Amino acid sequence: MLQIDLWKRLLIWITVAVGLVLALPNLFYPRVEQHNDAVAAIELSGESPELLDQASGWPSFLPSGLVNLGLDLRGGAHLLAEVQVQDVYASRLEALWPEVRDVLRPERDTVGTIRLQPSATGELRVRISQPEGMERALELVRGLAQPVVSLTGAMSNDLNVVAEGSDVVVTLSEAEQIATDERTMQQSLEIIRRRIDEVGTREPTIQRQGTDRILIQVPGIGSAAELKEIIGTTAQLTFQPVVGRSDDANASPGVGNEVLPSLDESGVFYILEQAPVVTGEELVDAQPSFDQNGRPAVNFRFNPTGARKFGDYTAANIGNPFAIVLDNEVISAPVIQSHIPGGSGIITGNFSVEESTQLAVLLRAGALPAGLEFLEERTIGPELGQDSIDAGRIATLVAFAAVLVFMTLSYGLFGVFANIALIINIALIFGLLSAIGATLTLPGIAGIVLTVGMAVDANVLIFERIREELKTAKGPARAIELGYEKALSAILDANITTFITAVILFVMGSGPVRGFAITLGLGILTSVFTAIYVTRLLIVMWFERRRPKTIEV
Amino acid sequence: MRLRLVKQNTNFDFFGKWKLWLGISAVLVVLAFGSFLLQGLNYGIDFRGGTTIRTESTQPVDVGEYRDAIGALGLGDITISEVFDPTFGPDQNVAMVRIQAQDGEEAVSVAVIEQVEAALAEVVPDIKFVSVESVGPKVSGELIQTAAIAVLLAIGAVLIYIWLRFEWQFALGAVAALVHDVILTIGIFSELQIKFDLAIIAALLTIVGYSLNDTVVVFDRVRENLVKYKKKDLKEVLNLSINETLSRTFMTSATTLLALIALFVLGGDVIRGFVFAMIWGVIVGTYSSIFVASAILLWLGVKRDWTKPTDTTGNQFANVDA
Repeated sequence: MLQIDLWKRLLIWITVAVGLVLALPNLFYPRVEQHNDAVAAIELSGESPELLDQASGWPSFLPSGLVNLGLDLRGGAHLLAEVQVQDVYASRLEALWPEVRDVLRPERDTVGTIRLQPSATGELRVRISQPEGMERALELVRGLAQPVVSLTGAMSNDLNVVAEGSDVVVTLSEAEQIATDERTMQQSLEIIRRRIDEVGTREPTIQRQGTDRILIQVPGIGSAAELKEIIGTTAQLTFQPVVGRSDDANASPGVGNEVLPSLDESGVFYILEQAPVVTGEELVDAQPSFDQNGRPAVNFRFNPTGARKFGDYTAANIGNPFAIVLDNEVISAPVIQSHIPGGSGIITGNFSVEESTQLAVLLRAGALPAGLEFLEERTIGPELGQDSIDAGRIATLVAFAAVLVFMTLSYGLFGVFANIALIINIALIFGLLSAIGATLTLPGIAGIVLTVGMAVDANVLIFERIREELKTAKGPARAIELGYEKALSAILDANITTFITAVILFVMGSGPVRGFAITLGLGILTSVFTAIYVTRLLIVMWFERRRPKTIEV
Repeated sequence: MRLRLVKQNTNFDFFGKWKLWLGISAVLVVLAFGSFLLQGLNYGIDFRGGTTIRTESTQPVDVGEYRDAIGALGLGDITISEVFDPTFGPDQNVAMVRIQAQDGEEAVSVAVIEQVEAALAEVVPDIKFVSVESVGPKVSGELIQTAAIAVLLAIGAVLIYIWLRFEWQFALGAVAALVHDVILTIGIFSELQIKFDLAIIAALLTIVGYSLNDTVVVFDRVRENLVKYKKKDLKEVLNLSINETLSRTFMTSATTLLALIALFVLGGDVIRGFVFAMIWGVIVGTYSSIFVASAILLWLGVKRDWTKPTDTTGNQFANVDA
């Protein structure tokens, strides 16, 4: 009658044991956290007695996965940034101008003189003086186009080249725009990740959301503003030839040139050629250092192509100034003293030590391909997080105790079985949360408390059913069996429907809401498991030992 | 001696006045909806855009003083409220400052936040800004849309599931109860002007889950009794089923409420609104599974003979009893 196969019993106990062991590290949170940090540090930078000591605070044969604490519990900063993907189109087209010039120049006989025209963003406009040669010009410029590699496989070129009067107008094709957006996003994600890693905070979340957004969550950082300083700067470094100096921001620079302000001298503007000689993309290293006068500066080194371009340019332009430009501000405009062949150099300016260090970090991590606009930012102070944890912990314990007492009063011994299952249930939730590396948020704690309340539901259903069956069934064993059998469909239906809403919450929700969905969903899984298997096993084991003639539920 | 919330073998007549109960529920729904239309919800920044700053200081909060300090900046609509909570320490004075989204700005302005913080720090020297949250209008519009879709999706998914497992009358009854619960919850939030933010959407969906849980348990018993007592009147079967499950209904509601009340009192003010929504939802959800879901089932009528499989017997999923 009341029988559970041995293998099933073993499986149940093993599952419970695994859950408990996985949940164990959370009881020793600070110690395990220290251990994990130390292990990570050893992997990164080798052993030191201090680190080894910290690492030995937690035995390595035990699991060390912890429940991540969400920002609302630990404090930290949260940013939702939108990548200005269109920025990239402009710089792509800007960089195209020298190429266009170079292919048209040899054909001057057919197309006449060529001139760059001021153009709207997202297009490159070149005027030729002999419109009769337009056919040839279009053909040549179209020759610059390259096929786009896209997932859809449709063959298309990256450039649209059309004639408008005597202008050749170049724009990026739609396929190329999509491909560019994708690349921009990948790059932005990678660069934000690198910058945050350089600063070295624990477990940052950097996630793409939708087509052009990035979610960044960094625990333990002081404020969102601080975080924005690290990731908000595009850090686009260029070396551009200087045409002249001006004190007027509205000076007309001439076609193909631009006016940029100086970083630290107010009222000083430089007229520069738009197309850079070399860009920060070709940097391989940047380190904070000091110049010969002992002022903070940044040392940099180019890759071989960058070094060649830089070397050639300096050799050809000795005595001319060139500008070092960061995010459209001129850091400095030194005069080229001699040919610089080695591909390394130094950026000087009015830096403080912190500024030069940060600039080096930014240059090393690389420039963001496009600007970021921040749509959402949240800073949660660590004190508030700690308050929330404390309040949550007390509330959970009280809720837990109240339910335990209530169940024992209502169902006696069976209530105690349900309570044991409930404790196992909570441990399993924490075990699962740790195993999948989920994040616990404040609503997540509420989810656990709700689970505490609702987890007993399955047992209540069964116990009430056993009570009913006791009135009619022959003997307690049969009543227990029938109780489980008949309560099952109600338990499953009720929990599946709740589980459906948890899944929808998880898919649609974000941040804290998602944390709630996770604990609610896991709570349903574990509570069904504990109610159907664990309490049943407990009751069966008790029944086998005692063989009571009557039972009271 | 066992603690019994409901004595054994109850025989309450739940459906003697079922039309009255349905009527009352309908009136309540209309009232809640009216309140929502007339007064509107007190949307948090998640849905409206703007900035909230939570301050903490050892000095008592003087709302007027705060208002004067920030008012001079000309930032439009500003709400300042002091927060009280039993979990606070003796010298912990907390206030919430809410600044509306600035016109014409898609993104969040750091300058505004810095201005406000500086102005407040001048008035209250030891002030700390324990949390600062800003949401741009662009995102908040999307958030409210996603939230509405989530609630509708949840209700839709449930409708389909119950239809597959039971019959369409059951599905309609359950969904009517859900809609009833959701509208009453929104109604009380608009009537009491409690802050309505993303977390409340989570609470709403949980209410959907909980109310359903309750309804399904009753329906499961109805299904069973319909097979068992083929001769009995539908009204009697429903009444019997509810009486049989009454003890369980109260036990589960009681344990859940116990846990939630602990959280409400001790869990701190940050999630109090959220927990309030759930407490309300548990109460309304329990009521609605009897007086709305089952009453509608009675109203719609239901196929009686579940033993003979015919083409109209639900479908192949109806007998999946695991």
